[in-house]
Amino acid sequence: MLAVARTFALIGIDADPVHVELDIGGGLPSFTIVGLPDPAVRESRERVRAALVNSGFEFPLRRITANLAPADLPKAGPGFDLAIAAALLVASNQIPRGMLERHALAGELALDGSIRPVPGALAMAEGTRRLGLRGIAVAPGDAPQAALVSGVEVVALDHIARLRQLADGSIAALPPTAPESLLADGANCSADLADLKGQPALRSALEVVAAGGHGVLIVGPPGVGKTLAARRLPSLLPPLAAEELLEVARIAGACGDGLAPTAARPFRAPHHTVSGRALTGGGTPPRPGEVTRAHRGVLFLDELGEFRRDALEALRQPLEEGRVTISRVGGSVTLPSRFTLVAASNPCPCGRGEESGECECHHGAVARYRAKLSGALADRIDVFVGLERPEATQLAAAPGERSAPVHERVRAARLLQHERLGEGRCNAEMTPEEIGLHCSLDRGSERLLASAHEGLGLSGRGWDGVLRVARTLADLDGCERIGEQQVAHAVSLRRRGDR
Amino acid sequence: MTAAGVEACDQCLRRAWLVAGLSAGIERALGRSPSRRAQELLALPDDELTAAVAGGEHASVSERARARDPGRLRAAVAGARAWARCRHHEAFPGGLGRLADAPPVLFGRGDPALLTSLVSDGCVTVVGARRPSSYGRELATLLGRELGSARLCLVSGMALGIDSCAHEGALEAGGFTVAVLGSGPDVPHPVRMRRLYERIVEHGLVLSELPPGTGPRRWTFPARNRIMAALSAMTVVVEGRERSGSLITAALAVEAGREVGAVPGRVGAATASGPNQLLRDGAHVIRGGQDVLDAMVGVGVPVASGPIGTRATALPPELTAVLDEVERGAATQDAVARASGLDAGPVAAALARLELAGLLSCDLAGRYTRTALAVDGRGRGRPD
Repeated sequence: MLAVARTFALIGIDADPVHVELDIGGGLPSFTIVGLPDPAVRESRERVRAALVNSGFEFPLRRITANLAPADLPKAGPGFDLAIAAALLVASNQIPRGMLERHALAGELALDGSIRPVPGALAMAEGTRRLGLRGIAVAPGDAPQAALVSGVEVVALDHIARLRQLADGSIAALPPTAPESLLADGANCSADLADLKGQPALRSALEVVAAGGHGVLIVGPPGVGKTLAARRLPSLLPPLAAEELLEVARIAGACGDGLAPTAARPFRAPHHTVSGRALTGGGTPPRPGEVTRAHRGVLFLDELGEFRRDALEALRQPLEEGRVTISRVGGSVTLPSRFTLVAASNPCPCGRGEESGECECHHGAVARYRAKLSGALADRIDVFVGLERPEATQLAAAPGERSAPVHERVRAARLLQHERLGEGRCNAEMTPEEIGLHCSLDRGSERLLASAHEGLGLSGRGWDGVLRVARTLADLDGCERIGEQQVAHAVSLRRRGDR
Repeated sequence: MTAAGVEACDQCLRRAWLVAGLSAGIERALGRSPSRRAQELLALPDDELTAAVAGGEHASVSERARARDPGRLRAAVAGARAWARCRHHEAFPGGLGRLADAPPVLFGRGDPALLTSLVSDGCVTVVGARRPSSYGRELATLLGRELGSARLCLVSGMALGIDSCAHEGALEAGGFTVAVLGSGPDVPHPVRMRRLYERIVEHGLVLSELPPGTGPRRWTFPARNRIMAALSAMTVVVEGRERSGSLITAALAVEAGREVGAVPGRVGAATASGPNQLLRDGAHVIRGGQDVLDAMVGVGVPVASGPIGTRATALPPELTAVLDEVERGAATQDAVARASGLDAGPVAAALARLELAGLLSCDLAGRYTRTALAVDGRGRGRPD
């Protein structure tokens, strides 16, 4: 007897449909899985057998062959267990056949027959909709994110024995969750900007960064609030749009974290020992890296000077294009990576800073350290803040402005950008054509920018960067046109080269 | 430049090549404290030097040195587009010739005619830390500019940091500057300073006691310090630690009977400990070019002075307010905002405008320093 169940293989953050074709025939009892299974899939045989026996089903002592089609797509992970078990039950006539035509299945089996969550439930629900099936059965842990997809019936299945109820339709589908309902709950960011004492320059820079989505580099001695400030940035960012929330939930789901989707923007802070591949993503099948997990959120690189050179080089494409392409022999996958980069660094390895006259680092070490703060990556960072240790009076002062009013100003500035550039886009993403269109300067501002080009050795990219930031400053001020004041301010936020 | 030729006697040329050939041996003989005995070794006559350094091979080394063909040595100098003047030449700086360990030959690049004006115009040596603070850089550049525009020759060592800033300042003001190298005159060291080297060759002089093609050694730097100290009437230390090459130069200047000046620094800052120590020991206080001139030619003696850079035109009041705060010592945007009571945005914009006008410079840490550029109708914030 033959049965075909539908499930999905996760490639990057997309779910590719996989047919589990299972045949039970005569011969010596055996159980074979073909179709490029990895060890986790091959071990599925043991889990399926034990789960069926322990749930009161019969495991047929015949020759069983399961084929995972398409046969040339490598399959990884335990997510095929549930589909294989269901196909086996149908092929051995233990449950009615109709179920497999209505529902896709995705889940890992425990030996007692209960069903565990697998990565990528949201992507699989979307895949189910594309296939035109009625619904998908997933583990209860996966159900909340799958329920975000409209037009698909999501069934939370806690145990394999409940497949019988799924077959006779006596199990109710979960009510679909509208992304907007999550947004209404708010991101409830506990970290508030009021915690940042003093540092007006840093505060104003953070506001600009939040409003325009620009990359920022914060340089200062240890303990001045670089990390603290970076962690407060999400509380200033505008809330996710419904479409963006789905993207974020899909990525979080595909990475196996964030089983219960939230409206919070992602905040990723990889350690400085991270490899280039862990940043951009990779492996077979390709898995999203930190740049993708930070999509629509913040990627925080603390101690930028300590990061490996190849890791920093790998950031260039995602920063420039808002997506990252992972090319492997088996084909390439493109993943979204539109994040706000926040980088922090000490001025030199010892942290005191060469300019203070108290630094004790070898100058070769300082040069190497600083090379990472300059160069191609830093040129793509439009906002630079240099910090000094705050004075005692500042630390003792009353807390500064809270996040909420800043958030409101940022939101207003972003609305202007959406009107100008299209929904969900910000000034940092302006193409050169858009810059030409929306960043026209008057005579005085143009002269000012030209003198900056001359005096500070601004690159072509730096020129555009200044214009983007000036546009954001004008948006924050509610100005239609960019004025001299905004250009001068944007120039002051540009990083100075080494002398 | 080849036309300028090699005006040095055979004996002196052979001696120069002997020292260069023994360079590795000298380094070995000096071991870990090159500063102490390099001079003693260099003061020895040929045979004793060879014996002290080359050990068992000294006979053959001396033999080879004596056998060197002066014609080929002259060709080697000309081939490196350099020139040479030995201590018996009339253009050889007298102050240098009187040293016990005077270099036998000065090799150089640049116009050799300038060697004469080097003596007549008077020189000032400016030295300091290789890794100065931004204050030190600013002061070194300022000194270079002011001395350059006062038609004084600025001598330094083309090292990273203070040395190169001083050279840059002098070149900016169209002044005459001399770099004394610890390698052959055709070997720019450090390599990062190659562009500065080219400019100095074009507008000033590059000097060395080592023949063309000789690479730097540990001992060659303190050795060239004695040349820098002896060339000038005054040595000014801008920044440096208490046990640094800059202080060695200052000590050598005292030994050679020259004046020593120092730029005061913040008490407690590591880079300021050297100059502050010198000041306590009685060095001249140097706050700018005028202090150097006062010390060298006497207070109140007028000195021909050219304009320093271009003058900025009068500033609008909001920029003046911010400039005032920087001159009073507010170095960062936050400090200026706090002192002036203005918001972060306007302060940032004003600082950028002042920087673009050339009145301020900003370093990597976002710290602003006042440059030497003057504003019309308004003095610099310094008392001079």
